[in-house]
Amino acid sequence: MVSQAFEEISPADFFYRNRDIAGFTNPSRAIFAAMRELVENSLDAAELGGFPPDIYVRLTYGGEGGPESKVYKLRVQDNGSGITSRHIPSAFGQVLFGSKYKLKQARGTFGLGGTMAVLYGQITTHKPAYVVSSTGSTKVYTYRIMIDIQRNRPIILERRVLINKDRWHGTIVEFSLEGDYFRAMPKILEYLKQTALVNPYANITFVDPKGRLYRFTRVTTKMPVPPKETLPHPYGVDVETVNRLTQFTQHRNMLDFLKAHFHRVSERVAHSFLEFAGIAKTKNPKKLDPNEVVTLVRMMKRYEGFRSPSASCLSPLGQDLLLAGILKELKPEFVSVCQRKPSTYAGHPFIIEAAIAYGGEIPKRGDFLLYRFANRIPLLYDEASDVSYNVVKSMNWRRYRVSQDMPIAILVHVCSTKIPYKTVGKEFIADRPEVKKEVLNGIREASRKLQRFLSKRAHVEREKRRLSVFSQYLPKIARFSTELAGKEKEPDIRQLLESVNKLGRTETRR
Amino acid sequence: MEEQKQEDDVPALEKKKDAAENLEKLGEEFYHQMDAGEFPWIKMPSRSTENICYNPTLRQYVLGERTVKRSARNVRHVRPFTQLVWTAFFAHQLSTQRKTSTLRDVYYSAQAYEMSFKDQAESDNVITDLETVVRLSREDFNIFPEERSAIFGDLTIEYTVPGYEGRRMNLTSHPDGLMIGPALTYSEFVKTSADKVIAIEKGGLFTRFIEDNVHQKYNALLVLTAGQAPRATRHFIRRLNKELELPVFIFTDGDPWGMHIAMVIISGSANAAHLRGLTTPDATWSGVWATDIVDYDLPTDPLTEVDMKRLHELQRDPRYTDKLWQREIKTFMKIRRKAEQEAFSRYGLTYIVDEYLPAKLEATK
Repeated sequence: MVSQAFEEISPADFFYRNRDIAGFTNPSRAIFAAMRELVENSLDAAELGGFPPDIYVRLTYGGEGGPESKVYKLRVQDNGSGITSRHIPSAFGQVLFGSKYKLKQARGTFGLGGTMAVLYGQITTHKPAYVVSSTGSTKVYTYRIMIDIQRNRPIILERRVLINKDRWHGTIVEFSLEGDYFRAMPKILEYLKQTALVNPYANITFVDPKGRLYRFTRVTTKMPVPPKETLPHPYGVDVETVNRLTQFTQHRNMLDFLKAHFHRVSERVAHSFLEFAGIAKTKNPKKLDPNEVVTLVRMMKRYEGFRSPSASCLSPLGQDLLLAGILKELKPEFVSVCQRKPSTYAGHPFIIEAAIAYGGEIPKRGDFLLYRFANRIPLLYDEASDVSYNVVKSMNWRRYRVSQDMPIAILVHVCSTKIPYKTVGKEFIADRPEVKKEVLNGIREASRKLQRFLSKRAHVEREKRRLSVFSQYLPKIARFSTELAGKEKEPDIRQLLESVNKLGRTETRR
Repeated sequence: MEEQKQEDDVPALEKKKDAAENLEKLGEEFYHQMDAGEFPWIKMPSRSTENICYNPTLRQYVLGERTVKRSARNVRHVRPFTQLVWTAFFAHQLSTQRKTSTLRDVYYSAQAYEMSFKDQAESDNVITDLETVVRLSREDFNIFPEERSAIFGDLTIEYTVPGYEGRRMNLTSHPDGLMIGPALTYSEFVKTSADKVIAIEKGGLFTRFIEDNVHQKYNALLVLTAGQAPRATRHFIRRLNKELELPVFIFTDGDPWGMHIAMVIISGSANAAHLRGLTTPDATWSGVWATDIVDYDLPTDPLTEVDMKRLHELQRDPRYTDKLWQREIKTFMKIRRKAEQEAFSRYGLTYIVDEYLPAKLEATK
């Protein structure tokens, strides 16, 4: 018999072995992924504290690396709420440790974010990460840490406490990693531009390894209403979630249990659901046996009386900010934005924001530019697999007086507590019928406004052309007729010209 | 416009005076309309196909009753309207300065007045509009097409064009024949010894006829139509027929296209339905007939699809109702062959002149 060796691996070890999952596929993807994880953490940290984000990113050259990569030092600095001293090592030195495992809209995708970037830096350069943070108290903490990958634990190499005279708050992360900046550059710049678009209240500064400065300046200090944490909706839970809830609940009967731990379940709804499910109201949730839990979850999905989840856990950008962001980064001639009413899929609330921009500095490419965002993160890869792409392709654009050769950008922002990504790469959104319908309605609504704009402009242009035809030719008719008739003085045609002009105005009113 | 008062065969010089006057009147009309605070407009016979019909009495196509109103008030009309006024102005200048111009020349001249036409087709079309409006042909206001045809034979003419007034010329003086251009068109006929006109489709045969002294042997004026006869030539043939009372015999290739060249000289074209004085109803088509192909056993080519289609069109054409034409069309359809004039060369170079020509002249007299 062959003996098999079994071993247990830590989460850090798992992601060390499967770094593709988190987007660290190759040297150019890796440098892009590391930067975006840290920038997104920084944006969240600033918004959490209610500060308009000020984010500074610097990438410096640090020597030769592997055959296809070089060593870079990445520094990301923000003015966010900071991390309390005792959590700093774990926040950057322990995989799957984070503040985002809550039911509300957040940017982070896996909770790997910062740590994954640091982990990648460590395995490619074997250098410690340097972290500075303060919550605005009297002290600033600096750490030099590495990750014990096998045990998923931070190793603190150095810890210092400094006096925070200015009551600075924020976080600075600096570490070395291998990557290929010059291949990643177009994506990085596009990412920063689109991030600036969807966060128009943020200042983002980037200095690249050649010392080139890219600056994206905020146009407003107004920020979207932050999302509220929410309870799980009965449609969206599974057996494991219910099991956990039964374990820590204080409540002794099913009625109170449902009311306390589920989203938008009232006394009345709880009553009628329990009747529907055939579960006694007085049953102690802690005494549900495994089969009963499975039945409960199944009945929850089947019951039609639950109210749809509220959107308070969502934080859409809002029409004004979306408009400001588009005007600032795309500089179009015309833009229309549309925010759809909250909707749900499988118990998860979501909101679609759509916009269509025309002309100005938007390039003509023979096809529409499509900007996709999920929870205020730009999605840059696999465009053709995305639900928005399919919706755009399926629409009959002629109805909107629009064709592919016009300079047009379409923007779709999906906000949800759970974005329906199609794959672990989290780069494109699945064709959920509910989501698809809302995306379609959003783009349609925005497009109708564009259509009105284009029609009106076409009308004005037609009218201008009409007038110019008259003012070009009538004087000539007058001149040649005069010569032909052998008269001295040309007839006065000013009145005739005015009359066509007046007519033009009445037609515009109509 | 008022009732058509133009006679068919007013002498050329008269017509030219008419042209200048008509154009001036047109200018005055527009001037007064604008002076009265009105958008200038004009009513003219419609030239659409539904308004073109065959007049059996005149034996040519004419325009029907339908009229169209063109007004500078309409944004789609204002540009062609301006072009019409400019063309009238330009034609008037030509007439008064006694200069001639070609269709192509008009197209380019417009650009000097910032009146550019899209292409020559557009300017040609506006010239036809002007013809319809003033009811004169473009040659009357000194605009000629590029196409050239020629004449040879004993006819003495007297020029009327500036610099040549009173000068005489005999049309045998050049062995290549004389081009039927503006100067010849406006010339007066002085005298001729000829008693017939022979019109020939092709240049090669025209030259052969001159070399073989056909003009002397048969006492004829030879006219080269060079394919479809230009209007100036059709007008000239008509004058030879009317003024000098010479019968006209037309020789073309033996195919539907040659047949139609003869027919346009005789009965005119739909394109010129707005004009009079271009037809010679008494002229005859003398060959090459389909029956000649059979009778003379000529070398032939098969009729193509296009040829056959054309024959079917001609069969229904009101100009072709005459028995002879219908017989020839049917014969073409039956034998499905065609022959060129040169086909007679199989019997020797002089056969066509010595045998075929006298036979046909006699047969179609």
